[in-house]
Amino acid sequence: MLVLERRTERSMVAMVVSPLIAITLTLVTMAILFALLGKNPFSALAVYFLDPLLDSYGLQEIVVKATPLVLIAVGLSLCYLANVWNIGAEGQFLIGAVCGSWLAVTTHGTEAGAWVLPAMLVLGALGGALYAMIPALCRVRFGASEILTSLMLVYVADLLLDYLARGPWRDPKGYNFPTTAEFDAVATVPLLIEGSRVHIGALFALAAVAIVWLVLSRTIKGFEIRLVGAAPRAARFAGFDSSKMVIFTFAVSGALAGLAGIIEVAGPVGHLQPNFSPGYGFTAIIVAFLGRLNPIGILISGLFLALTFIGGEQAQISMKLPLDLTRVFQGLLLFYVLACDSLVLYRFKWSSRSASRAA
Amino acid sequence: MAATETVMGKGEPLLRAAGITKRFGTFAANDAVDLDLHPAQIHALLGENGAGKSTLVKIIYGLLQPDAGELRWNGTPVVLSGPAQARALGIGVVFQHFSLFENLTVAENVALGLGPGETLAQVSVRLAEVSRAYGLPLDPAREVWQLSAGERQRIEIIRALMQNPKLLILDEPTAVLTPQEADLLFTVLRRLKDEGRAILYISHKLDEVKRLCDTATILRGGKKVATCDPRQESAGSLARLMVGGNIGDVAVAPHKPAGNPRLILNDVTLLPDDLHGVRLANVSLDVRGGEIFGIAGVAGNGQDELFSVLSGERFAQGEVDVVIDGAAVGHLAITQRRRLGAAFIPEDRLGHGTAPRMKLSDNALLTGHAAGGMVQRGFIVRDAMLATVDRATKVFDVRKARRDPEAVSLSGGNLQKFVVGREILREPGVLVVSQPTWGVDAGAAATIRQALVDLAARGSAVLVISQDLVELTEIADRVAVMFAGQLSQPMAAASASRETLGLLMGGAGMELSYAGA
Repeated sequence: MLVLERRTERSMVAMVVSPLIAITLTLVTMAILFALLGKNPFSALAVYFLDPLLDSYGLQEIVVKATPLVLIAVGLSLCYLANVWNIGAEGQFLIGAVCGSWLAVTTHGTEAGAWVLPAMLVLGALGGALYAMIPALCRVRFGASEILTSLMLVYVADLLLDYLARGPWRDPKGYNFPTTAEFDAVATVPLLIEGSRVHIGALFALAAVAIVWLVLSRTIKGFEIRLVGAAPRAARFAGFDSSKMVIFTFAVSGALAGLAGIIEVAGPVGHLQPNFSPGYGFTAIIVAFLGRLNPIGILISGLFLALTFIGGEQAQISMKLPLDLTRVFQGLLLFYVLACDSLVLYRFKWSSRSASRAA
Repeated sequence: MAATETVMGKGEPLLRAAGITKRFGTFAANDAVDLDLHPAQIHALLGENGAGKSTLVKIIYGLLQPDAGELRWNGTPVVLSGPAQARALGIGVVFQHFSLFENLTVAENVALGLGPGETLAQVSVRLAEVSRAYGLPLDPAREVWQLSAGERQRIEIIRALMQNPKLLILDEPTAVLTPQEADLLFTVLRRLKDEGRAILYISHKLDEVKRLCDTATILRGGKKVATCDPRQESAGSLARLMVGGNIGDVAVAPHKPAGNPRLILNDVTLLPDDLHGVRLANVSLDVRGGEIFGIAGVAGNGQDELFSVLSGERFAQGEVDVVIDGAAVGHLAITQRRRLGAAFIPEDRLGHGTAPRMKLSDNALLTGHAAGGMVQRGFIVRDAMLATVDRATKVFDVRKARRDPEAVSLSGGNLQKFVVGREILREPGVLVVSQPTWGVDAGAAATIRQALVDLAARGSAVLVISQDLVELTEIADRVAVMFAGQLSQPMAAASASRETLGLLMGGAGMELSYAGA
């Protein structure tokens, strides 16, 4: 009989191998799905996962899409390490976009100088952090589950964005489309490579990865985050306050999500409109776990999930596959990642129980 | 292995375990263990923590399957697939850790264990009959959270007896009892024996085994080392069999605790922070430099609350309620109290004293970050953390597979030595320690007790909360007893008799201030 046996120490090999097993299982399941949809599984997988890597447009797009994913996921990893369940990064992402856009809309067509973009980024981060304070304070003051409150606030943010883009902030010269005017040059994120879509937001993502890596591995704050998550009672004994940790992790992850939001709007999108996000805030949850809540891992998994967005678009165009398959893929991936994680602490073993019974 | 060696056995054993082997990974928890249990006998299973007693019990109760060996019930080989089958044969177990629902009544808890077929009213009647018949008074209608540990154990025993077992297994039953409650239990066990039942009595307390048991099987490191008649053996000879060598006595240097009070509690009253917690009522004490102050008592009488108000995990009502070295710290957090030179060792070493899945160096930082050069400008200094691990390893002889393993991979005794070493190496002026040797092998216990005595001899004030009266009378200068959140008057440990302490532990002679008022 096959049984799960607890390991005495966590396995380093399994920590590296388990995401790879999860990806393999996801690909196999996807192949079966493609076959059921009447497509050749191999060519479908190739469109999804190989074609975007073969041309420079695809590679650039991967970096563009990975930027918000990595920024958000790095913040979320702090929450999840501390056993704080911020599921509402999508909402903080949208509110960050809204707060930063306010300045872009207000200064639109004026002589405002180069200070506009930096101020927008600050407002975006601040907005995301403040929005994240709602579930954080509800949890600390009233014991409300932050999973529910942060998730529900996503829909509030979504509706607020919808109202602003259709109502007060709508571009009067926009042929009644629900969108703000295109942002001025001073309110736009500069490109990193001229003639491409890759913008300096990618540098922010890299910086966030580096800083969080340093904090987690080298500072007492990083130790505090890990300890509060791993052993709450021991953390209290160490003198760390779990309520302050809820506030801190929500603030940091909200700020990073908000920053990602305003960078996305002031960068690749160029204006504020409803539905500008393909669900980056939710996908980032998968990125965080697939990257093992490790900043370097998140950088890699962010690039990988960005690939699925682009592959999904191409599969829709060239193979007439529904775009929702991308969501299915991401859901499957999270499912397998969490399942394979048990291999880190457990191992499969053939139990000799049946043997001794036979004897 | 001598498979059929029986010292005391006459006739067919009720249960024979032959050559039982159980491995966890490469570790053999039981290695070819033989055990014969006869009707109308109380059979002791002796051994230190980690000797394999619990594993053997779980195999006999069907909770674990042996890798090799067999069980025979009345001479017939049996394979137990689970506890239900063991119960059907007539095996009952009273575990050390109770499995009771706090918010249900006694009768409801018993009914849950019996399964369908009887109404709650019928169960209540039968329960009352059994409890009266054996002199174990218990009110079926009371909710479990209101009951003492001794009363909770009675529920477990009666629940087992209501199934009329032929073999009753008790795992460390006196750990939660006062001496007087233990005497009552022994009377009941002797009656059960006279009724012809077999009893397996698991313990590491030698005096109890000598008083109660007809036969003893001694395990060490998973192997059976002897089966003997404990009444014919001396406590020393049994201990040597258990430990495999002589245990050094703790050397208490003659000293006078004449220093100033370094730790003071002034009339501390504290409401419980959860429904089933204990209210501390007007607890006062002072511990002088050079002194070990012991607090005895059955677990769950406010010791946890007392520890957290001392450590600062909970704040006292008044600032001056807790004083460390002259500083009023009632409203200071644990980190600030550590900076004043205090150190704390909680009862639960895994999960409270350490983070189980973190490395020892991280666990050194856990209490060392307050002071001691492990943190510089927010950055952690890994060398300083590892140095603490190395020093604790050397001074306290911590045995581990690697230099810096995860805390959970250490055995209980070695982890406790690490935790104690981590605090004592900081040379604290005030040390508060709860159950310092709970679940620790005899060798480690002796090392830890010696370290506490030596720390006090260097002028520190040491407060020891312990359930182990032998330990307290061995190392403490003064002892007080905690009962229902109140602390008795302290008395000199040398003159405190087992009977006096036992009576206080049962609440005799304490004014229950909240009962009437």
